[in-house]
Amino acid sequence: MTRSVVISGVGPVSGLGLGMDPTWEGVCAGRSAVGRIQAFDPSGFDCQLGVEVEPYKIGQYVPKSHRKATKVMARDIELAVIAADFAARDAGLKTKGTDPDAGKNGDFKPTYDQARVGCHIGAGLIAADLTELTGALIEARKDDGGFDIHKWGNEGMQHLTPLWLLKYLPNMLACHVTIIHDTQGPSNTITCGEASAILSIGESLRVIQRGKADLCFCGGAETKMNPMVYYRQQLTGRLTTTSNDDPAGAVRPFDQSAAGMVAGDGGGIVTLEAAETYEARGGENAYAQVVGFGASQSVNREAKNSEPDPQGLAVVSSVTAALREAGIGADQIDLVVGFGCGVPSWDRAEAAGYKVVFGDRLAEVPVVSLRSLVGNCGAGGGGLDVAVAAKALREQKVPAVANRDTPIDGLGPSAPAKDAELRYALVFNMGFGGQSTAMILKAMDR
Amino acid sequence: MTTPRIVITGMGLVTPLGHDVETVWAGLLSCASGIGRIDHFDASTFPTTFAAQVKDYDYREFVKFPELHEGVGLNTSFALGAAAQAWRMAGLDTFDGLDRARLGIYLGSGEGSLDFENYVASNLAGWDADKRGIDGAKWAATATKMMTAVREIEQEPNMPLTHLAMEFDAQGPAYNCLTACAASTQAIGEATEILRRGDADVMITGGAHTMIHPLGVTGFNRLTALSNRNDDPQGAARPFSVDRDGFVMGEGSGMLIIETLEHAQARGATVLAEIAGYGSTADAYRITDIHPEGRGAAKSMNLALEDAGLGLETIDYISAHGTGTKENDSIETKAVKVVFGDRAKSIPMSSIKSMLGHLIAAAGAVEAIACVLAIRDQKLPPTHNLNSPDPECDLDYVANAARDAKVDVCLSNSFGFGGQNDTLIIRRA
Repeated sequence: MTRSVVISGVGPVSGLGLGMDPTWEGVCAGRSAVGRIQAFDPSGFDCQLGVEVEPYKIGQYVPKSHRKATKVMARDIELAVIAADFAARDAGLKTKGTDPDAGKNGDFKPTYDQARVGCHIGAGLIAADLTELTGALIEARKDDGGFDIHKWGNEGMQHLTPLWLLKYLPNMLACHVTIIHDTQGPSNTITCGEASAILSIGESLRVIQRGKADLCFCGGAETKMNPMVYYRQQLTGRLTTTSNDDPAGAVRPFDQSAAGMVAGDGGGIVTLEAAETYEARGGENAYAQVVGFGASQSVNREAKNSEPDPQGLAVVSSVTAALREAGIGADQIDLVVGFGCGVPSWDRAEAAGYKVVFGDRLAEVPVVSLRSLVGNCGAGGGGLDVAVAAKALREQKVPAVANRDTPIDGLGPSAPAKDAELRYALVFNMGFGGQSTAMILKAMDR
Repeated sequence: MTTPRIVITGMGLVTPLGHDVETVWAGLLSCASGIGRIDHFDASTFPTTFAAQVKDYDYREFVKFPELHEGVGLNTSFALGAAAQAWRMAGLDTFDGLDRARLGIYLGSGEGSLDFENYVASNLAGWDADKRGIDGAKWAATATKMMTAVREIEQEPNMPLTHLAMEFDAQGPAYNCLTACAASTQAIGEATEILRRGDADVMITGGAHTMIHPLGVTGFNRLTALSNRNDDPQGAARPFSVDRDGFVMGEGSGMLIIETLEHAQARGATVLAEIAGYGSTADAYRITDIHPEGRGAAKSMNLALEDAGLGLETIDYISAHGTGTKENDSIETKAVKVVFGDRAKSIPMSSIKSMLGHLIAAAGAVEAIACVLAIRDQKLPPTHNLNSPDPECDLDYVANAARDAKVDVCLSNSFGFGGQNDTLIIRRA
């Protein structure tokens, strides 16, 4: 008998705010957090829009014992640490990270035995802070202003802090979280672009199901608010370049007028727990049960996988696998929190897959995409999506569908948030590269 | 329901000691070294001027659809060559009964290398000396002239995975994990779990990586993790030796085809070995240091043994993480003693990083393949350069010469920066 698994805490972090309260208010209001980029002067880029998490003080989210280590946190790491802190507190977990007295007395007892706690966090390709790196590179300039690699080897590199590399290893998101919350069980860092967070939550699900952990921190975080990362997005041709003067309307997932995406900043961590241990510790207000998960890969040789296969085969196979595990049919899905990045070829493939799965019923199933509000948070986005879907099931409320006045391929149009009876929600994400993943959440019996 | 047995039916290697399994294995058994001066870039003034590089390699000699992979990074090119070898060894190139939706991939591959020259030029051009910061507009003005789409996109860490999916038309579960130096061991373990659960019939798994580029070497040099023995590169990788001074960077790929025993038998595939157990833990200790008692490492080994349902006495060989850093080798030794107690000294344990260098994310997959070959040939690969053992490292490291031995069950360890520990148990099928 497979162990039943619940989402006990959520920690979304995005341009809408930190934690679930502002996030939920934002997604229900359909409030766009898209704006002109503040992190750097974007005037030299075709798309000057982005989404940024509000200023924060990272020290507030880490215990005293780990404050020094904040110096080696790239922004991606900070976002994961903040998200994990929100999730742990939301779940009512006592960890070394949430209990201020943990370091003081020897008989500190966390909610869970450390060896039974896992951590699976999706990460992107973390970019070096250009100011810090270039501050060292200029020490190796030639007289003509060019770069002198001999000078760099001899002395220039000494201007980088010795631990510089540790800021940028993708597994450092999970590493800091494991140290802060003292999780010593299975841990992993999945790097499959936008699919990373749901794949990570799925891996936590499997680890708990097979009895290797009782609690897992899982999800993802990424920032694209760095000139190098941003330019890399521009080079993919996926950023919208026609809406610099209309930030709120810039990203139009599943709309006939969709013109591309906007890059974002954020992610989400959730806590998954075995239902039995959750109940044993007195938990009685879980968000939702995780009842199905599937993963697949799109192959489109013609486009060299820069686009998914237009029939959405990978969408269908991952969703079908998740439905099979959940033991339900597509007709029982009441809400879809989809990927919907706003790039026409990607949206159309995703919609084509939904069409196969849902048939004519598709127009009646609300398909929400948070990308219209918070941009594409890369490896973090799925964490945010799962957190919002879980909250929707708890609140029995469908978030707003925004920026879709002329929907494509049989999907429903823009709609305000509305109360509804919600039993099952499907969350779907697809990474640029074709990794596809679906997860099914079930409302708790109340 | 009993858990299905998972077996290895194909293997491929692209490493500094060669581009096929037998050449690499022969090199390892004869204490060959793949280490030499860095020629990927001018490292002549760097604190470390040498590494173990893949030589004279062209992935196009291995793949069926080279046109799908133009412009790939070195990491992806290594992945393609190694996977194509494994695919052929498994007989999948001539088997047409494969359900593509049940062909999955789980890699532990690293990111592609930066376009260093153009990246640095953009950064320097974007530097605002007065503000001591980057002027985004000036940066963009240079970057948009110099950087190219393919080169940038191919740096994403899911690109080796994406290219393998295209080459082999793999449409099943697809993952890449990047847990530093433990990544490909972890990938093999997780791929095994996917097969055990019945979510795929066949998985391509392993890793590919290179960090032999200016900022990669810079990063490890600043951490003082690399050997500086510039006057003796081939003697520089000396795990467990008292005068070891760091690891030597390597690059390449190891790839395996794994499947359920039932699937392998049904299609008449040759079974090379079985993946019997997998363990994974986090140290949760410090960003910079391994837990001094090897807490996470020991636990990882114990979990793998428990998963395999095997007792301590069954282990014939340990493939060490054995990087050649002061910290790793003594703590790994300690952890093995914690797990195996009195028996530790009688289990041979070697580090092939002494010859191949450290292939970072790809290291574990290459070491897992060495375990399969050790079982096949009843021979243990040595630890090279072990002339003056560290008193703290007092196990049997198979010093300086390969050895005939009875080998039925191997344990392979990989530990990553940040406290990631993974262990595989590989046994004769």
